[in-house]
Amino acid sequence: MDTVRRIIALMLKEFVMVLKDPKSRFVIIGPPLIQFFVFGYAATYDLKNVRYAVFDESRTVESRQLLARFEGSENFELTKTLLSEKEIDFVINREKARLVVHIGPKFSRDLHNGRSTTLQVIVDGRNSNVALIALGYIGRIVEQYNQDLVKNGVISMDGPGVLLTDRAWFNANLQSRWFIVSALGGLISMVVVMILTSLSVAREREFGTFDQLLVAPFNPAEILVGKSLPGMFFGIMDALLFAAGAVYWFGVPFRGTVTTLVLALGCFILTIVGVGLLGGMGFTMSIFISSLGFTSETETLIAAKTAILLASLFAGVSGFLWLRFSGTAEGGGGTRR
Amino acid sequence: MTPRDLFFMRLRGILRKEVLQILRDPSSIALAIVLPLVLLFIFGYGVTLDAENVPVAVVLNDNSPSAREVSARFDLSPYFKTIHLTSIDEATLWLNQRRIDGIVHLQGDFSSDLYGRNQAQVQVIVNGIDANRARLIQGYANGVLQKWTELRQARGEPVAVPAVKISQRIWFNESGVSRNFLVPGLITLIMTLIGILLTALVVAREWERGTMEAILVTPIRRIDFLLGKVLPYFILGMLGMCLSVWIGVTLFHVPFRGSFVALLILSALFMMASLGFGLLISAAIRVQFVAAQISIVAGFLPALFLSGLIFDLESTPRVIQIVSHVVPARYFVAISHTLFMAGDIWPVLLPNALALFGMAVLFIGLAFRKITKRLEG
Repeated sequence: MDTVRRIIALMLKEFVMVLKDPKSRFVIIGPPLIQFFVFGYAATYDLKNVRYAVFDESRTVESRQLLARFEGSENFELTKTLLSEKEIDFVINREKARLVVHIGPKFSRDLHNGRSTTLQVIVDGRNSNVALIALGYIGRIVEQYNQDLVKNGVISMDGPGVLLTDRAWFNANLQSRWFIVSALGGLISMVVVMILTSLSVAREREFGTFDQLLVAPFNPAEILVGKSLPGMFFGIMDALLFAAGAVYWFGVPFRGTVTTLVLALGCFILTIVGVGLLGGMGFTMSIFISSLGFTSETETLIAAKTAILLASLFAGVSGFLWLRFSGTAEGGGGTRR
Repeated sequence: MTPRDLFFMRLRGILRKEVLQILRDPSSIALAIVLPLVLLFIFGYGVTLDAENVPVAVVLNDNSPSAREVSARFDLSPYFKTIHLTSIDEATLWLNQRRIDGIVHLQGDFSSDLYGRNQAQVQVIVNGIDANRARLIQGYANGVLQKWTELRQARGEPVAVPAVKISQRIWFNESGVSRNFLVPGLITLIMTLIGILLTALVVAREWERGTMEAILVTPIRRIDFLLGKVLPYFILGMLGMCLSVWIGVTLFHVPFRGSFVALLILSALFMMASLGFGLLISAAIRVQFVAAQISIVAGFLPALFLSGLIFDLESTPRVIQIVSHVVPARYFVAISHTLFMAGDIWPVLLPNALALFGMAVLFIGLAFRKITKRLEG
C-alpha cells in the first residue's frame, strides 16, 4: 500500500512538473502535431503530377487521343514536347522529366491495318519505386485505351483473351497514405514518451534534485514506475489524438474498436518505456496496432515493412542513447567520464 | 612566433585533445563505424520495396486445361508462392486472417467465356492495407497473364493481342530493383545520423561535464574551438561514408557509375552541412541527451520523410515541397541517386551541390556565432 502511495506521490509531482514547464508542455503538443501533418502529407507512395515528356512521331488523331488521356490524368503533368530522339537522353539524364512517352511513326497505320503496335515508355529508374508505380498507371491508361478501341470498332478482337479484374480489400483505392498515417501516431507518440522521460531525468540532474529523490523514501523500482507512468499517459493521449486526426483529418477508416486500440497502445507505450527502448520489440507492436485498430481484426507481422524499419531504427538509436546517458544520470554523476 | 604559428599551435592543441577524447571514449568511433554497418544490414536485407514469394491463394472453379494452365503460370512465377484452395469462401477467410496477401480466382465459366465470348475474367483480390505492396502484386499478376498470352501466341493459338502494347525501358535500373535506390539513400541517412549525432553531443558534453570552463581559460579562440570540434568528426564521418559505399557496392551490388572524386567532394559538402547543424544544436542546448533527441527529431526524421529517400517528394503537396528545401538530406539524396545510378551528370549535381554548400556555410556560421556568445557570456 505504501508503495502505491509513494508512486502516486511521485506521479503527481511529475505531472505537475510536465505541465508547469513550458519546454515540456511544448514537447507534448508542438512538434508532434507538426510532425503528424508534415509527415502525414509527405509519406505517400501515390504519385501525383509525374513530369513527363512526349515524343510523338505519328502525330495522328489516334496518337493524340492516347496522349490526351495522359494529359487528363492527375497523375501526370506534361512538361515538354520533344522533336527528336536525341532529346530523350537529355531530358531523362538531367531530370527534366521522369518519363518519356514515345509514339513511333507507324502507330496509326498499324492500328488501322489491324496489327498491334507498341508504345515506348522510357522511365528514369533512379527512384525505381516511382518508375514502377508510374508504369503501372500507364498500363491502366493504355489498357483502357485498348478497350475503347475495340468498343468503338476501330479494331476488332480476333481471338480469345483474358481480362484481369482486380479488387483491393480494406483499402479499395489503394491509398498508401492510409497505411502510413495509421501507424504514424504510434511512431510520434513514441518519440514524445522518450523525450518526456529523458527530460524529466535530465532536469533532475540539472537542478541537482536527483540526489533529493535518492534520499527520499523511494526504492529504485518506485522511482522508475513513478517516472515512466506520466510519460506513458501523455504518450497514449498523443497517440489517441493522432488516431482521431488520422480518421477525421486524413480520412483513414477505423474499423476496429476503440477499446482494442487503447489496449494495444497501452502495451505499445509500455514496451517503449521498458524493453522497447533497448531493442526493436516495440516496433512489431506499432504495426500490430495499425492493422489491428484500423483495418482488420487480425494481426500481422508480414506487412508494414517501412514502418517496422523506421521504428526499429529509432528504437536502436534511442536505446543506445538511453543506455549511454541515462546510465550516467542515474548514477548521480559518479560514472562521468 | 608569428600569429600564424600561434594559430596552428592552438589548433594542434585542441585537435590533439579531441582526438584523444575520441580514441579514449570509443562510443564515437562505434557510432561512426558500427551504426552504418547495422543500418545497412537492416535496411539492405530487411527492406525492399519489391515483393517476392507473395503468398496467394489460387481458387480454380474450372477444371479445363486452359484454367489449369493459368494456375500453373502462377505456380511458376517467382513472385508468388501459391496455395491451392477449393472454395472462394475459404480463401476469403485466409485473406482476412492475413495468411495470404491475395486471391487469384478463376470462375467456373472461365474456359467457356474464353472460347465462347472471346473474353474471360481472372479475378485478383489483394489485401490493400499496404497499398504499395498491393499495387505491386496486381502488376505481377498482370505480368503472369501477359506471359500466358504470349505463350499461347507462340504456340500459334488464336489470341487477342492488345492493339497497343507498352515496351518499357527503365533507365539506370533496368530491372527496377528497389535496393539500388534504397542503399544510396540510406548512405544519406547514415551520414545525417553520424554528422548530426556526433557533433550534437560534443559541445553539450563540455558544458555538462564542466570542462567548458577549462577551455574558456585557455588561449583557444572560437575559430580554433570550432575547427577542433569539426575536423576530427569530419574525418570520422567520411570514414563511415566510405565504409557504407564500399559495403553497398560489394555486398549489395549497387551500381556506382559516377566518379569517386565527385562522391568525395559532394559528400564532404553534405558532411559539413550535417556537422554544422549538429554543432548548432550542440551549442544551443547544454544537455547531451536533449541535444541527441533534438538532433533525431530535427535531423533524422526530416531526412527520412522529407528527402525523397523513401517517399517521392514531387507527389507531395506544394507546401511540403517548399518545406523540404530546408532539409540538407534532400539535396544529397538527389546527388547520391544520380552518382550511383546515372553517373556524373553535372547539370543535376551542381545545383544540389551549391545548395549544400550554402547550407554548410549557414549552419557553421550560425554555430560559430552561437559559440562566441556562449564563450563571452
